Amino acid sequence: MKPQPFLRIFVSPAALCALGFLAAMATVLQYSLRAYVPGSLDVGGFTLDNFTALLRPLYARVFLDTVWICFLTAACTLIVAYPVAYALVHAQNRLIKAAILVIAVTPLFLGEVVRTYSWIVVLGNNGFINSVLLKLGLIDRPLQIMFTTFAVVTALVHVTLPVMVIMLAAALAHIDPAYERAAQSLGAGPIRAFLSVTLPLSTPGIIAGVATAFAWTFSAFATPQLIGGGQVNMISNLVYQLGLASFNFPFAASLSVAGLALTFAVLSLLRVAARPLERFGPH
Amino acid sequence: MVGTLAVLAILGFVILPAVVVTLAAFNDKAILAFPPETWSWRWFATALAYDDFRSGCVNGLIVAGWASSIALLVGTAFAFALDRYAFPLKRTIEAVLLSSLVVPHFTIGLGFLILAAQIGWARGFAVVVACHVVLVLPFVLRSVYVSLRNLDQRLELAAASLGASPARVLGTVTLPLLVPGLVGGWLLAAILSFNEFTASLFVTAQRTQTLPVAMYNYVREYADPSMAALSVMYILATATLLTVANAYLGLGKVLNVEPRR
Repeated sequence: MKPQPFLRIFVSPAALCALGFLAAMATVLQYSLRAYVPGSLDVGGFTLDNFTALLRPLYARVFLDTVWICFLTAACTLIVAYPVAYALVHAQNRLIKAAILVIAVTPLFLGEVVRTYSWIVVLGNNGFINSVLLKLGLIDRPLQIMFTTFAVVTALVHVTLPVMVIMLAAALAHIDPAYERAAQSLGAGPIRAFLSVTLPLSTPGIIAGVATAFAWTFSAFATPQLIGGGQVNMISNLVYQLGLASFNFPFAASLSVAGLALTFAVLSLLRVAARPLERFGPH
Repeated sequence: MVGTLAVLAILGFVILPAVVVTLAAFNDKAILAFPPETWSWRWFATALAYDDFRSGCVNGLIVAGWASSIALLVGTAFAFALDRYAFPLKRTIEAVLLSSLVVPHFTIGLGFLILAAQIGWARGFAVVVACHVVLVLPFVLRSVYVSLRNLDQRLELAAASLGASPARVLGTVTLPLLVPGLVGGWLLAAILSFNEFTASLFVTAQRTQTLPVAMYNYVREYADPSMAALSVMYILATATLLTVANAYLGLGKVLNVEPRR
C-alpha cells in the first residue's frame, strides 16, 4: 500500500463532525420514544404514545397536506425549470449564458426570509399583483392570494427552481448534441428529436431534480409559516410550534422522525417508479 | 421564438419578487402602494439603525466566519483523504457528512437544540457554529473534491521526486493549485451559513440570533418597508458576490453545467 501521510490528522476532524451530527440525530430518535413531562425539559420513560398520537386526524391531515404540497411544487418546478436549463446549456453567447445562470440561481442565495417577505409584498392584499389588477380595473376587490396553497406553492417553486435548473443543466450538458442532430438528419422534426432523444437522455437529471425539490420543499419552514399564515400547515410548522412554543420536545421529535421516514419512503418510491424510464437513459 | 418568450417569462418570475421589493423599499409611506406615490430613502436609514438587525448582522458574520472556516479546514483535509487514501469507514463518514443535505433543517436544528440543552450549551455560539459546520460541510467537500480530481498529480510526483517531503509537496504544490476550489468552497459556505434560517431559528438564543432570525421576528411583528429596504441591501450584496464569484471562479464549472466539449 502507498504511504498515507497525515491520514489521521486529515480524517479525525471530519469523523468528529460526523459523530456530532449522528449524536444530534440519535437524540431526536431517542426523544421521539420518550414521554413528555409538561412544563419541564426533562423527559419520562420510553413509550410509543408519541407515534400513536400522530395518527389523530389533525396530524394525519398535516402529513397529507405536506406530501401534496411537496408533489405539486416538485412537478411545477420541473415544468418551469426545463426550458431555462435547456436555454442555459444551448445559449451561444457567453454573456447571455452568464446572465441566465446568475438570474436563475439568485433565489438560492437570497435566504428563506428575504425571499418569503418579498413574496408577501408581491401577493399580499395591498401587494403588487392586487394593486396592478385593481389599477387595470380587472377586479374591484383585492383577491385573497395569501394564506392559500397556491401562494405557498408559488413561493416554494421559486426556491426549488435554481437547484432543479442546475441538475437538469448538468444532465443536458452531458448529452452529446450529435445525437439530436442524428435524429434530425434521419427525418425527425425538432420536437420529435427533443421528445425521443434529449428528454429521455436527461432522465437522470429529472429524477435527481424532482427528488431534491421534494426534499427541499419538505424542509421549508419560513414560507409555509409566513405565507400559509396558519391556514396552510406543513410538518415543519408543527415541529416548530411543538418544539419551541410548547417545549414538547418528544412529540416534536416523533414528528421529525415520522417526517424523515416519509421523505425517504417517497424518494425510494420515486426511484422505483422512475426505473422503467431510466432504461432509455445513458448507461 | 415561443421558447425564448417562455424562458424570458420564467426569468421574469424569478426576479419579480426582487423588483417588487425594491419598489416597496423606496415607498415613502408606511403602507404598501404600487407604484409608490412619493419616494424616499428613509426606510434604509430605519433598517440600518434597528438594533436587532445590527446585532443580527454581527452575530451572523461571527457564525458564518467560524463555521465556513472550520468547514473549510475539515472539508479540505477530508476531501484530500477521500481522493487519495484508503481507510476504514471511509464511505460511512462520507455518507453521514453528505446526508445533512437531505435531512430537513428543522430536524437538524431540533437535534442540535436538544443535544445542546442536555449538555448546557443552549445559550452560546458554540452550538450555532457546530450546527452550521454540519450544514455547509457537504458544499465545501464537493467544491474541494472537484478541484482535487482536476489537479494534475504529476506535478506532485515531480516535486516529490526532486526530494520534497510530503508536507512540503502539500504546502507548495497541492494547496496553491487548489486555491480556486478552496476560495469557492469557503465563499459558498459563508453565504449559505449567513443565510441559514430554519436551523438557526432552533439553535439561536436572543443573544446569538443571526440576521435571518432577527428579520423573521421583525416580519412577524411589523409591516413597514424597512424590512423591504433591508431585503434590497441583502439582494444587492448577494448579487454582487455571485457576479464576482462567477467572474473569478466560473460558477458554471463549480456547478458542473458547462456543456461537454
